[in-house]
Amino acid sequence: MAFTQADYQDMQGLLRFGYGALTEACFLLLRIEDAAAAGLWLEGAPLATAEVQIPPPAKALQLAFTCEGLRKLRVAEETVNGFSAEFLSGMVGDENRSRRLGDIGESAPQHWQWGGPGNVPDMVAMIYARPGQLEAWKLSLEDGLKASGFVLLQCLPTTDMGGVEPFGFVDGVSQPQLDWEGRRSTSGDKLTYENLCALGEFVLGYPNEYGKNTGRPLISKQQAADLPDAEDAAGHADLGRNGTYMVLRQLEQDVRGFWRFADAQTNSDEAARLDLAEKMVGRRITGDPLLHARAQAITVGGTSADDARLNDFTYDEDRDGTMSPMGAHVRRANPRNSDFSAGTHGLWSKLVHMTGFGRTYTREDIIASTRFHRLLRRGREYGSKLTAEQRLEQAPPDAVVTGLQFACLNANIARQFEFVQNAWLMGSKFDGLNDESDPLLGNREQVAGCPVDKFSVPSAHGVRKQIQNVPRFITVRGGAYFFLPGVRALRYIARAARI
Amino acid sequence: MTPQSTLMVVAPIEASREAELRHLLARMNSEVGVADPGNPLLPFSQFSTLHFARFVILDDATAEDLRAYGADPLPPTKSLAFLCDCDGPADHLRGELAKRAGDGLRKIFSCCLEFPADCDLEMWMEEHDKPAATAYTNWLGRTVMQVLEENDLRSALVTQLQSSTHANASPQQVWRALQAFVASEQRGGRLVLTPPSPTPWRWRIKDLLHLFGVPLLLLLVSPLLLLYLPFFLIQLRLRESKDAEIVPRADAAFVKNLASREDRILTNQFSAYGNLKPGTFRRWTLIFLLFAVNYTTRHIYNRGFLARVNTIHFARWVFLDNRKRLFFASNYDGSLESYMGDFINKVAWGLNLVFSNGVGYPKTYWLVLDGAKDEQKFKDYIRRHQLPSEVWYDATPGITAFDMERNSRIRDGIEEHAMTDAEVAEWVKLF
Repeated sequence: MAFTQADYQDMQGLLRFGYGALTEACFLLLRIEDAAAAGLWLEGAPLATAEVQIPPPAKALQLAFTCEGLRKLRVAEETVNGFSAEFLSGMVGDENRSRRLGDIGESAPQHWQWGGPGNVPDMVAMIYARPGQLEAWKLSLEDGLKASGFVLLQCLPTTDMGGVEPFGFVDGVSQPQLDWEGRRSTSGDKLTYENLCALGEFVLGYPNEYGKNTGRPLISKQQAADLPDAEDAAGHADLGRNGTYMVLRQLEQDVRGFWRFADAQTNSDEAARLDLAEKMVGRRITGDPLLHARAQAITVGGTSADDARLNDFTYDEDRDGTMSPMGAHVRRANPRNSDFSAGTHGLWSKLVHMTGFGRTYTREDIIASTRFHRLLRRGREYGSKLTAEQRLEQAPPDAVVTGLQFACLNANIARQFEFVQNAWLMGSKFDGLNDESDPLLGNREQVAGCPVDKFSVPSAHGVRKQIQNVPRFITVRGGAYFFLPGVRALRYIARAARI
Repeated sequence: MTPQSTLMVVAPIEASREAELRHLLARMNSEVGVADPGNPLLPFSQFSTLHFARFVILDDATAEDLRAYGADPLPPTKSLAFLCDCDGPADHLRGELAKRAGDGLRKIFSCCLEFPADCDLEMWMEEHDKPAATAYTNWLGRTVMQVLEENDLRSALVTQLQSSTHANASPQQVWRALQAFVASEQRGGRLVLTPPSPTPWRWRIKDLLHLFGVPLLLLLVSPLLLLYLPFFLIQLRLRESKDAEIVPRADAAFVKNLASREDRILTNQFSAYGNLKPGTFRRWTLIFLLFAVNYTTRHIYNRGFLARVNTIHFARWVFLDNRKRLFFASNYDGSLESYMGDFINKVAWGLNLVFSNGVGYPKTYWLVLDGAKDEQKFKDYIRRHQLPSEVWYDATPGITAFDMERNSRIRDGIEEHAMTDAEVAEWVKLF
């Protein structure tokens, strides 16, 4: 299938930009009361697209809908059913999903501040602005929304922490690079880890890493003449094209709990405390990798020297986790491996590995093919940023809660977000480990009688150290699955609401 | 070494008693789909050789798909299937089941047609047994007792390692200290490592005959097979190019029922059921392939992995209804999403080989290419052909197949008399 040029004009900007310069942001969770009025507002909504603007914009608006929202906007049921099963069911629509995502115990949906059963918003309006410009814009948008059949359920605030997440670590260091020009061939097995990902992994309507178009609603061309054409179905318009799914989760972080735990484990030794915290995260507090830079650079990262320093590594040279523990957060979230275990070269060795032979150590090949499980993260911090000293103090009674409004974009929620969250982050057996889940995100709720509150730190010369009784540092406070439509798709949805 | 075996009792359900049967089965569970190990009807945990067991109702929801191939659907039937994976011969387990859970099993099977109230239960189960065309055992000879003992061993060693300081000890010192610790625990009766039983000589002879007999037989008929090969390939490609794909997304309520039974413990069950493509070509292709795959699972893939997949404990393919339908059952670690991901990314060729002979499977190319690589179609196909396991028993919940292999390696190290520094260094990493 010939690759058609990505249509930036028809995409929301979040797919291409993190809006880093627009340091102020908030996410308005809305319910739709009057579909016709809402449709009218949506038709004229000043949506920021993925086109490069010169000068860069001073503000940006992005819109996304839950399945409930699309139904309220009177999108035909048949069309809605063309979205993925996860989106239709929603983040809280199935207990099995909550079990897999680790949304149990204190993080269970019934405790959520938003998004829990019966409390799912219809739409989110994400607004971004330059410093000092958010409040006024937000008020005027709110007025417009309220006058147009929307009810504001909640405003998720964000805080600019200067590129650092609440625990104090530089964040957003590694992101997949989207193949906007269709340079990447997805055919055949990949023997090296690459950061360049097929556009279809993140944008619907384009081929994904399997070389296929991810399922999304297709509508006959007569009924939707101004929607983009479906690449893979003649005579059909593509409601998904240039859109994607967005996973939004409010993750409250116990910053003091995290640092006080690390402190207690290391007898308040400053260097050891930092070292343990960095091992749990899997990066230096500055964002630098725990692994030494490669002698021979592989262009895993982007083109900048900074990105090369931060991202040109895989864990092939640290198979035993002596530099970065196997269970470290960033190693779980992105194990950086290819379709075959390291050292597979040529036809014969591929054949040997393909049939299950040629393993040189017990844990070899447990996890593979990271390329099918990447996430484009667009989250923002909230609450107040603590100083290094404050992090070690007991929380005052009036402590402001802090955390991450986690947002990620992906074309296949089940294979990307849910898989990473379930198999890699929550998985107590990830990469041959036992009795531990993600040191940062883990809910510490036992599964099948197995504890999940340990953290192993391998050492180069002997037995790995196992840290016991790791507390829960992150509690889920809300969440939902959204469809972030392309520009023409948004207009289509808006018109559906008005008829 | 104690070889593993399987049993599968299949009997049609008396329509008027299906509700009663479902109620009975549900009562055996402690949570949806997961058996209470000590439930009074069939107290699974009392059978110390039993690894996994399940009750499934065979209900062909995809029968109508055959029409796309110009064939009539098979007559609708609902059957009860009872499956066990056990240590030692199936006959022995059958006898034990009849002896110690006879009342409960009679109650269950009395909801089936062809179950005379006064029948000999053991004989009845044997008569209704459906042998597997291919059976896969993750590790030949690894008994339930061994799994439990070795898991206790690992736990004790991990605790021991954390409670004493080994920070400055060399791997050799650590190894020797652990050996001494295990010896003292064994003397105190706190740890038991039962040596493997001798391999039954009848089994060994049969296995050797199979090991050499099958290649010999193939060698003998190979001239014929080679002659037929070009015709086979032509027929195959002709069919592959026109066989209909039937891959709609499964009904949401159906999937919800399946999912309600999943991810409750770290291991999951999977049962699937479907029709073979009509005609002798596909039937004989599948008979031959499953025979060949069975050879590999019997003699090659019996040491922790099935091609690249090392999360499957037991799996089997069973022909039913005069080889017009195929039933597949497995017990695997992790979620269905990761299981299907492994299928697609690691062993698509193997899945295609077998399942492309089933009605509606995503289009293959030369029997092994494409097919499962069409990710979403394959996942929809899988879900739509899946059957809910009404009752499922796992004797060793929380212990993955990888854990079992690693625990055995830990034991091997403990029982080893001499290891080189390099060997000890690798062994110490197992903790």
